[in-house]
Amino acid sequence: MRQVTAKPKALTNAPFHYCPGCTHGIIHRLLAETLDEFGLTENAIGIASVGCSVFAYDYFNCDMQQAAHGRAPAVATGIKRVRPQNFVFTYQGDGDLGSIGIGETIHAANRGENITIIFVNNAVYGMTGGQMAPTTLLGQKSSTTPTGRSIGEHGYPLPVSELLQALPGAAYVARTTVTSPSQIRITKRALAQAFQAQIQGRGLGLVEILSTCPVNWHMDPVEALTFINEEMVAQFPLGVFKDFDEEVARDGK
Amino acid sequence: MRIKGRVDVEPELCKGCGLCVAFCPRKVLALADEVNSKGYRIVAQVKPEECNGCTICAQMCPDIALTVWRSGRSKEAV
Repeated sequence: MRQVTAKPKALTNAPFHYCPGCTHGIIHRLLAETLDEFGLTENAIGIASVGCSVFAYDYFNCDMQQAAHGRAPAVATGIKRVRPQNFVFTYQGDGDLGSIGIGETIHAANRGENITIIFVNNAVYGMTGGQMAPTTLLGQKSSTTPTGRSIGEHGYPLPVSELLQALPGAAYVARTTVTSPSQIRITKRALAQAFQAQIQGRGLGLVEILSTCPVNWHMDPVEALTFINEEMVAQFPLGVFKDFDEEVARDGK
Repeated sequence: MRIKGRVDVEPELCKGCGLCVAFCPRKVLALADEVNSKGYRIVAQVKPEECNGCTICAQMCPDIALTVWRSGRSKEAV
């Protein structure tokens, strides 16, 4: 017998601290596989956010930095401008990117910074105990919206990908998920195209990945995947919103 | 020759989330009664003869706890 799966070289041997069934681990693996396939593991500099993924610097086998809450795109801008020969990515959650860091994100996209943003959207603040995030779904219960999010009191869920695709500086914007092997493959293709945006100097690449938070959603891990497929995708439609390479946008759907 | 597979489980990495069990198309895997040092029930092959090494379990595993092996005729895998 021969081995047909292996841990990517871009990951360290540290075991993930994520809760059982949390899809952060799948997204880490996909990102690491993409770094390996592009031969960028030695060259990459990653920016970890604040949130569950704060310890990403322990898991990725490349140079890592950790930014203040929401400031990862600003830190990435600085690093990329000083070291344009390096591949620079950020790994952020929705509480980080969509809330306190939305200003940095919009301006980094509007300036057309050559960075890649991995945006993990799980619709709650995972690390701090499941509070409502800007991306919490309408009607979704969280620890700060115990009767469900309502438009009158809390406003609408923030559609980050739809917002950013309007900006000329954004080269690639896609929303995917990791709820099945086929969706995992689509996500990996999206990551590769977001990497290409930076490699070819086209501007900002962002992949929004709908992810689970079984603990704070009070679901088992398999139910949480069903929740994404049935509830979350209805409010956050999947697809490629913008692609610097129009042909790929047509075929990639 | 039928393609045969095998799944190796790294017990200390498995958190018993059950995603591999739910997605295995041949129901090879199930949660065992055995627990690891963190107290998680770990996954085990209950029908090892059914495994064809498709790697779906390893793709769904968030903790890279599974390594898939394969024998027989097949092209290079994922």
